[in-house]
Amino acid sequence: MFDLDRWQEIWITITHNKSRSALTAFGVFWGMLMLILMVGAGNALEQGIFSQIEGFATNSCFFEAERTTVPYKGFQKGRRWNITNSDIPVIKEKVSELQYISPMLFSESNDKNVVRGDKNGSYRIKGSYPEYDLIEKSKMVYGRYINDIDIAEKRKVCVIGERIYEVLFQKGEDPTGKQVRVNGIYFQVIGVARGTSGVSIGGNTTESVVLPFSTMQQAFNQGNIVHLLAVTAKDEVPVKKVQDQVTEILKQQHQVSPDDKDAIWTLNIEEQFKMFNYLGIGIAALIWIVGLGTLFAGAIGVSNIMLVTVRERTKEIGIRRALGATPRNIIGQILSESVVLTVLAGLLGIVLGVGLLRATGIVLSQGDQFFKDPQVSFGMAVGSLIILIVIGAMAGYIPAQRAMMIKPVEAISEE
Amino acid sequence: MIEIRQLHKSYRTEALSLHVLKGIDLEISSGEYVSIMGASGSGKSTLLNILGILDTYDSGEYFLNGTLIKNLSETQAALYRNEMIGFVFQSFNLINFKNALENVALPLYYKKVSRKKRNIIALEHLDRMGLKDWAHHMPNEMSGGQKQRVAIARALISNPKIILADEPTGALDSKTTVEVMEVLTNLNSDGITTIIVTHEPSVADATNRIIHLKDGMIEYETRKDNGVHIPTPSQKSQMV
Repeated sequence: MFDLDRWQEIWITITHNKSRSALTAFGVFWGMLMLILMVGAGNALEQGIFSQIEGFATNSCFFEAERTTVPYKGFQKGRRWNITNSDIPVIKEKVSELQYISPMLFSESNDKNVVRGDKNGSYRIKGSYPEYDLIEKSKMVYGRYINDIDIAEKRKVCVIGERIYEVLFQKGEDPTGKQVRVNGIYFQVIGVARGTSGVSIGGNTTESVVLPFSTMQQAFNQGNIVHLLAVTAKDEVPVKKVQDQVTEILKQQHQVSPDDKDAIWTLNIEEQFKMFNYLGIGIAALIWIVGLGTLFAGAIGVSNIMLVTVRERTKEIGIRRALGATPRNIIGQILSESVVLTVLAGLLGIVLGVGLLRATGIVLSQGDQFFKDPQVSFGMAVGSLIILIVIGAMAGYIPAQRAMMIKPVEAISEE
Repeated sequence: MIEIRQLHKSYRTEALSLHVLKGIDLEISSGEYVSIMGASGSGKSTLLNILGILDTYDSGEYFLNGTLIKNLSETQAALYRNEMIGFVFQSFNLINFKNALENVALPLYYKKVSRKKRNIIALEHLDRMGLKDWAHHMPNEMSGGQKQRVAIARALISNPKIILADEPTGALDSKTTVEVMEVLTNLNSDGITTIIVTHEPSVADATNRIIHLKDGMIEYETRKDNGVHIPTPSQKSQMV
């Protein structure tokens, strides 16, 4: 098998018939190139999508009150209602599979609503519990996030987004302890946060002001209203289960008909995430089917041309037989030629494909985030090589059989 | 060296069966210089192919160097061809994408001789044929006579016991025919059994024994005596 001399013999045959070899090899080269490019692109798309979701709790779901659509207990349909503070202890008590819960308040970004001295900007305001930082994870650039004492004492403190810090403060200036005016009220900055996820609720953390939920309710006269309820399920518990339980409790608490499907808007991130996952799997499957199909077509091309080649080389093979080549020598030669051609062409395809992906990756590295770091793994490359060897051997099998059937006497007398 | 008894060979197609060799008895000793003559269709090429284990026969016996050549596997046949027989063909049958040196060295490749060693040996044989300077030329850059000498060098490289030549001069002009025959005659004087199939009397006259085939049978034989071919007595009586 690893007889150097044999490879030299094969190499001479291949290189002395350059155009024939190149034609044979092109199909496999093209197939492999396409497979690598597509897998790379697919990986990049998947990377891009998952990098967006990264940093966001996938076991979370969200609730918002909508107008009722079914009359119930004397209430007409179309009634407005709100989730309130009093729902939270009830949910905490009844839903044992609940992990975190955070009520949220939002305020629109009024014109120049965030001010420090002569600097200002328009940003969204969010009120939340400390637990919210565990759902939409943020990286603290300065200071700390809101804590339970802030909530309990309704402290007038705020966490500002990194962008806001850049606008309101000097570069390198420590903002903690400084006062910032938000919607007309002064708050003390306790931290600067940077959003880590592409997904966010109520605005990107980097461009938002986060207040303690209780402070925001009181400061902006929101009574006991909760705009949005964020909930996560314990590990290994399907979010759907928690989602259904919380929905049921909210309906009971607020005299909403159990049959009213539209009175509560909910968003289940786990299911969204699953959908992305399926999408990723679907794309990957499609890529492999198309890629392997292309590769297979290339292999059939190799097989075809090898068949023609064997016919063309009838005389050569006959001469070899007359000079003492055994049938095994001939099979070995045709199979090896096929494998060598296939592997060389495939490797060329892999190298060019990886090169192109690398180049694309560099070009894209600053750009669109939905298409990130197009690459193929080393394992995939090694796997492809094995596939190539198998394909090469399969492609050479029928031609080799045909070559073996050639009788020296017939081949030689053929003029 | 060669012993054939009651050799029969037919070519069968679906429609007809062609009885080509109809019971050949032949004995060729080591070192003989033999030609086989006959009209086309007389079976001379078929006989040569059987002698060269390129073709099989239907019945009878063929002993080559004391070994019965019958029902051999392809692998076994390939081995015998490689070890015992050197072929020279009318159309040279060089591999056109290999240069002269590689063509000559090819039998040794199948004998698993290393590339370096077989190229040295091949160059020696080319030198013997006066073609040392042509070692790296492709067949299509050479004349017919040169190609045939390359082919003879290739036939000799594995030190065969027998050289089988099928119309070796058939594609050559009269001048190169003489050259090639000189080469073959010299080989025979070195002790290699040489069998030539030909329909050219001048070629046959150069050999020491002529076997005349007609319709798949040996019609008669002549042996050279003082440079003149005379029919052997036993065969003469059969003729009458």
